Amino acid sequence: MQQVQILTEGDSSLLIVFGDEISPEINSRISAVVQLLKNQHIKGVIDLIPSYAALLINYNPQVISFSEIRSRVETILSMDVKAENRAKTIVEIPVLYGGDYGPDLQTIADHAGLSPEEVIKIHASRDYLIYMLGFLPGFCYLGGLDERIHTPRLASPRLRIREGSVGIGGNATGIYPMDSPGGWQLMGMTPVKTFDPNREVPILLEAGQYIRFIPIDEEEFQRIRTLVEKGEYECVVHHDSDKEDA
Amino acid sequence: MGFRVLKPGMQTTIQDLGRYGYQSQGISVSGAMDVRSFKIANLLLDNPENEAELEICLIGPTLKFTSATIIAITGGDFSPTINGKPAPLYTAIYVEKDDVLKFASARTGSRCYVAFSSYLDVPVVMGSRSTNMKSKTGGYHGRPLREDDYVGFRIKRRYLPFFLSRHLEPQKFDETAETLRVVMGPQTDMFTRQGLDTFLSGEFTVTSDFDRMGCRLDGPFVSTKNGSDIISDGIAFGAVQVPSHGKPIIMLSDRQTTGGYAKIATVASVDIPKLVQRKTDHKIRFEAITVEEAQALYLKEITELEELRKSIHVPCKEVLDCRLVAKRLTKLFV
Repeated sequence: MQQVQILTEGDSSLLIVFGDEISPEINSRISAVVQLLKNQHIKGVIDLIPSYAALLINYNPQVISFSEIRSRVETILSMDVKAENRAKTIVEIPVLYGGDYGPDLQTIADHAGLSPEEVIKIHASRDYLIYMLGFLPGFCYLGGLDERIHTPRLASPRLRIREGSVGIGGNATGIYPMDSPGGWQLMGMTPVKTFDPNREVPILLEAGQYIRFIPIDEEEFQRIRTLVEKGEYECVVHHDSDKEDA
Repeated sequence: MGFRVLKPGMQTTIQDLGRYGYQSQGISVSGAMDVRSFKIANLLLDNPENEAELEICLIGPTLKFTSATIIAITGGDFSPTINGKPAPLYTAIYVEKDDVLKFASARTGSRCYVAFSSYLDVPVVMGSRSTNMKSKTGGYHGRPLREDDYVGFRIKRRYLPFFLSRHLEPQKFDETAETLRVVMGPQTDMFTRQGLDTFLSGEFTVTSDFDRMGCRLDGPFVSTKNGSDIISDGIAFGAVQVPSHGKPIIMLSDRQTTGGYAKIATVASVDIPKLVQRKTDHKIRFEAITVEEAQALYLKEITELEELRKSIHVPCKEVLDCRLVAKRLTKLFV
């Protein structure tokens, strides 16, 4: 494991840098430290921002000083559980691929020299690690898109991409949590709201979890959408039991 | 019970001290830019520290009250008037139903705050009443106020203890170069020796690219060793990013939660108000202090605000002085 650095970011934040590369191992260690920090309820900690290879802690210096919080963090880093021991959480995201919902599916297929059906199969056949959230509320940076379906962004971005759109931009794939301009190639849409400010849990997904895309048809899309609007839909979540904490 | 917006001003938003706890999910903090002026407006009215206020930027709004309340205006001087008569700054002011509160453009500073004794009636979204314009949530329907909007009050509170004592010396915001104290880091080691020297010795100019997200500066080139790209990480309030074009950007209330440019330093919390009250073409300089010094300044300011709170929470001197009261009464009756 690389040397972890604890750095100042002003008088009210501290940055823990875990490494200088994007890897599932580093990311999973960060998730473990976030969990430990949450469990300890350290007074004065007001927010945690995990990213690919670092963790920013916002704190209130009126409650806890830099040297105090640094020593608490050092203790936590020394007791950091092995990443492999943690459960893997997989959230299923139903997606209606193609048609009006995914106007660029054919472009992606043509670029890859595959049929649209093969593109869907490849996209929905693996679990994607959520490295971090950012850019928009609930926007997930996912790792692990199959190289065969990497597709350049649109030459001219769309002014409005509808909420729930699933797309590919270069080597990344993701879900638009809200209407937004954007340049990704759109391959489908999920009826699930990943961001709803008025819900008890506004953001559905969190860093360290995995996403699995489940292809659905129009009828299923409408059924789920109705449930979502009534606030009665819950995504299927798997906990990989082999990796449960001892 | 509230006020109607006759003219919205340039960007009038409802803010409190911000929305914490959701940055890991990509939701910006938002909240008041000049936290000091914000806190003073609330303490003038004996409000809770985090009670929502109006933040007014550069060109002020015109508001018409539909019920009586008490307000306090702090921050920059926007020459406010009530029914055409100048209204004092940093003072608890009683306003009546149908009164018109009008702000001009910023004469000093660039932002001012209005606190209300009857509390603004907007919903708490994810723990805060702050407006998040990007995700269109919080505040008044997630956006700045527009003409004809109606903002209600939550309570009837038209009495304050020691009302006559509730005034403070207005803060001055002048145009001479301000020195902002900074704590160096976290990515100081990405900059050249010369880049660091330039940052701490050069004079920078506030550009017109200055909004609630951040403030772009112009000035001497701050050089990095090997480009400015980092693996995206979290951004604190007041963090100074330097992209490869070498011009610093100071990240403010509506900053994105994460970013991919190296951060050379972070402005001390107590000096962020000095920055956000600057206007385009104003000059600033940076001076490095330690994190311990910055935290000591922060604690000192909290003590100072507490003393201000106590200083106005006492009977008015004139009321205690019997001879003075007698004189005034005589004047009234003779």
